[in-house]
Amino acid sequence: MDVTAAKYIGAGLAMTGLIGAGAGLGLLFGGYLQAAIRNPAAAGGERVWLFLGMALAESMGIFGLVMGFIILFVKV
Amino acid sequence: MAAIEPMEQFMIHKIVAGPVITIPGAPAIDLSITNSVLFMLIAAAILAGFFFVASRREIVPGRLQAMAEMLYGMVDGTLTGGVIGDRGRPFLPFVFALFMLILMLNLVGLIPGGFSVTSQLAVTAALAVMTFLTVIVVGIVRNGFGVLKLFWPSGVNPGMAFFIGFFEFISFLIRPMTLAMRLFGNMIGGHVVIYMFASFVVGLAVFAMNGGLASLGFGVSVVSFGMVVGLMLLELVVAFLQAFVFAALTCVYLNEMVNLDHAH
Repeated sequence: MDVTAAKYIGAGLAMTGLIGAGAGLGLLFGGYLQAAIRNPAAAGGERVWLFLGMALAESMGIFGLVMGFIILFVKV
Repeated sequence: MAAIEPMEQFMIHKIVAGPVITIPGAPAIDLSITNSVLFMLIAAAILAGFFFVASRREIVPGRLQAMAEMLYGMVDGTLTGGVIGDRGRPFLPFVFALFMLILMLNLVGLIPGGFSVTSQLAVTAALAVMTFLTVIVVGIVRNGFGVLKLFWPSGVNPGMAFFIGFFEFISFLIRPMTLAMRLFGNMIGGHVVIYMFASFVVGLAVFAMNGGLASLGFGVSVVSFGMVVGLMLLELVVAFLQAFVFAALTCVYLNEMVNLDHAH
């Protein structure tokens, strides 16, 4: 198998990391929405942690993306 | 037809060649003005100009002053005040400067023809290392060597506590890497996706000129253009959000060091 084919396969495999990121983000926002609908007055106070949690969960997917880019574009 | 090179937009080109300083024993420092340096200077000039105009201190603020006051109030209330509490006030200038710098660098990178400075890992790593060293120095100055209490869980039997402390320490050391890579990855990912959809606009239109069934390419080309517009809007949100998250995580790490002895 030549290097370019292996690179493409590797980059594609690296994208499976986004499964976890998607699941985590869905859980996060779902939890926030459930709590916000039950207690709308307290929802505003936790908005900072919502965005923080969103960025932290999304960054896991981004790390997978960066690995994919490294596999694809770094000259062997 | 031009090749589709998504990574070519992140290459650094020299604009004004400058002197190369070699201190013996250290790598050579190249002081030329590159496109990265140019856009950092542009962002700094925009920020300086914005805050100079917005600091007129009128009682009834105009629009620029109101925007500056909103940003400052957000960092003061939500970031240092909200996360750290009263002991966070001394860190307000640092966090505010960090937030505004990252925000402006992200936004300048979105202008067509602009260079995205925060998509360079060197830049984000420098900001992350600066934040990490600040956190360590603040922790040691505040708590002495009691800062190691941060890693030791209380009320756990000593055998477990050793393992937990070890992994806590490792995840502490990973923090600057994740800070750098989060901002870097978001910016690179956003720009590459916009590039790919933008390349479809012209590529599909050229392909559709072959006539016949390929004329559908014109429709998909228009859809791709709509995607580019939507992605630009998303990137504006991401620019603000990533600056906010960098500053917020800085505040969270400072909070651990500053409020080690009591929860605020």
